[in-house]
Amino acid sequence: MFNFKHEWIETNVGLLLVLVMLAISIGGLVEIAPLFLIKNTVEKVDGVRPYTPLELRGRDIYQREGCYLCHSQMIRPFRDEALRYGHYSLAAESEYDHPFQWGSKRTGPDLARVGKKYSNEWQVAHLTSPRSMVPESVMPNFPWLEKNELNISDIKERMEALRKVGVPYSLTKSEYQANVKQFGAATAEMLSIPDARKNLIAQAESGNYDGDPSRITEMDALVAYLQVLGTMVDFSKYDDDAFVKYR
Amino acid sequence: MAVTALSSTEQYNFDIVKKFSIMTMVWGVIAMTAGVYIASELAWPFLNFDIPYITFGRLRPVHTTSAIFGFGGSALFATSYYIVQRTCQSRLFSDGMASFTFWGWQAIVVLADISYMLGHTQSREYAEMEWPIDILIEIVWVTYLAVFVGTIMRRKQPHIYVANWFFLSFILATALLHTFNNLAVPVSLFSMKSYSLFSGVQDAMTEWWYGHNAVGFFLTAAFLGMMYYFVPKQAGRPIYSYRLSIVHFWALSFLYMWVGAHHLHWTALPDWTSTLAATFSIMLLLPSWGGMINGIMTLSGAWDKLRTDPIMRFLIVALSFYGMATFEGPLLALKDVNALSHYTDWTVGHVHSGTLGWVSMITFGSMYHMIPKLWDTKIWSQKLVGIHFWFASIGVLLYITAMWISGILQGLMWRAFDQYGNLQYSFVESVAAMHPFYAMRAIGGMFFLTGMVMMFVNVAMTIRQARGEAAELEAKMSAKMVKSGMAGA
Repeated sequence: MFNFKHEWIETNVGLLLVLVMLAISIGGLVEIAPLFLIKNTVEKVDGVRPYTPLELRGRDIYQREGCYLCHSQMIRPFRDEALRYGHYSLAAESEYDHPFQWGSKRTGPDLARVGKKYSNEWQVAHLTSPRSMVPESVMPNFPWLEKNELNISDIKERMEALRKVGVPYSLTKSEYQANVKQFGAATAEMLSIPDARKNLIAQAESGNYDGDPSRITEMDALVAYLQVLGTMVDFSKYDDDAFVKYR
Repeated sequence: MAVTALSSTEQYNFDIVKKFSIMTMVWGVIAMTAGVYIASELAWPFLNFDIPYITFGRLRPVHTTSAIFGFGGSALFATSYYIVQRTCQSRLFSDGMASFTFWGWQAIVVLADISYMLGHTQSREYAEMEWPIDILIEIVWVTYLAVFVGTIMRRKQPHIYVANWFFLSFILATALLHTFNNLAVPVSLFSMKSYSLFSGVQDAMTEWWYGHNAVGFFLTAAFLGMMYYFVPKQAGRPIYSYRLSIVHFWALSFLYMWVGAHHLHWTALPDWTSTLAATFSIMLLLPSWGGMINGIMTLSGAWDKLRTDPIMRFLIVALSFYGMATFEGPLLALKDVNALSHYTDWTVGHVHSGTLGWVSMITFGSMYHMIPKLWDTKIWSQKLVGIHFWFASIGVLLYITAMWISGILQGLMWRAFDQYGNLQYSFVESVAAMHPFYAMRAIGGMFFLTGMVMMFVNVAMTIRQARGEAAELEAKMSAKMVKSGMAGA
């Protein structure tokens, strides 16, 4: 039998490097790789779709302002959270989120299902001056959102980048057809990269999120994003325990 | 004395260590000022002043990046370059490459801070830097690895000292984590914006695998390397147990990589992953305490030094906080505890007992030991070191106490039901209840920052004093030479 001595490692930097690399690689491999391979990791549910161009720009602004540092988007399966926020979050609901926005801290409330809970007017007033709506709030004012014109010059490039990482925004006719099949014609239209500019402007004008129809602002985009959060899956179609098996 | 100092500056590259030490002080002041400011914004939101660049959401990454990578990173570069040279008894592998790591690293932190304030962020906690900065980090980091390993290969001792194992483990792990967590596709070559390669649940797992090991390797393994050199040096005694250092080194390196998913308990991450992470988190207590015991017991037989030596106090209190934080960590990783603590200030308090109590304290102690040696002088004011110790200790205690109370209070308020089965408190009532503790936390931070400023002044004055001494010595030497008729010869 060979007689192992730790001294071998201590006197050989090459061996030390190899063994350390081995020791630090195993944990990540075992825990991360299967998440891509096990099918049940992300549930099959109806309704989840990629963001429209306007919502996508809103999400970019959500990231830019660091909203994720105080607001989570991940409801846990507890009674109090069900009452306060709604059905617990599913993995499928963030499958198009590059990167995820689950957050780690609730200095403010969870936003996973904030969509449609408040009116557009409330959202605009609250984002511009939170304490005018909620006196005890410690959220910063974001008055510039209403003032800044939304930059839409690179919306196609943004969608193309997302297409590269797997979001089904369509460039070709066949991709478009596949989207019609998966999401229906109306949604497929919104996911078309060549029509992105047109779709963005149309949604901002018809939605009139910031209350000022004359221009498209960062506020339009952010409110459009907030209003869609958590609204894609219709939970009334599912039994109460339909998703338990995925946990 | 002067002769040995001269030969050691020729033998070793101390210039690079000095540069990083000075930047440790500078980043310490910047990071803690930013920390106190954002803490105050939460207590008194008018401080956001409606200026986009300084709102909480943009300034918080400035605080974390300046603290972890600016202050912590500079301290690690300084001490690792110092330790690897002293313990291998050889000069750094390449002065040019070492110098590149200095300028590269400082540029990274400055660019990152500016880009956050302008709104460029990947929105990945502790990895907010956008893709061009990430590439620069990759290049600097590989250079660092080359300098470090190259220096070890030139060693005059057959054995590689234990501190260097920890530094190697930290450098390799950081490279691995940084690479995989920052995989992203940029919008275009001229755009700062990128979208991450992974999404949703896989992305969350990758981020927290990174996030927790930024703590595990950057803020723990590497600082243990610092501990393994400076504690025995300051105590004047050998490390307590060689065998324990072997066992806890390998266990720590192996186990840490499994525990990141405890940041995702009760989320849409599959149960098996978070259960596995919780299990490994509990096991991690053993190697963590192995390191703490090895450090503290090194002082056995010399406990009296705690009464007289403020540097020793910093080092031992750092180890005590390390022990406390690594006990609290597994506790918070238990699913039942986590159900209460997650999303609350308890986590924030826990992180700061690690970063203020352990990382900063061990850095302060090590720097107070190393800086006078680097400049070949004595510390300007030993008394100020003692005062710094008390400011730092009071600061961290105020901070974590405030966060314990607010965190547990928040958690309990969110889950409280009234007698009819309705939620007892609205969310905003929990926000209002936090106010006194947010104020208390800001005050704790101010204490800690004040201590940091004292250290900055003390170090600046020490360097000034060293320059004065050097000039004086030179004048004496030349006077002597004139006297003995050697001038002009």
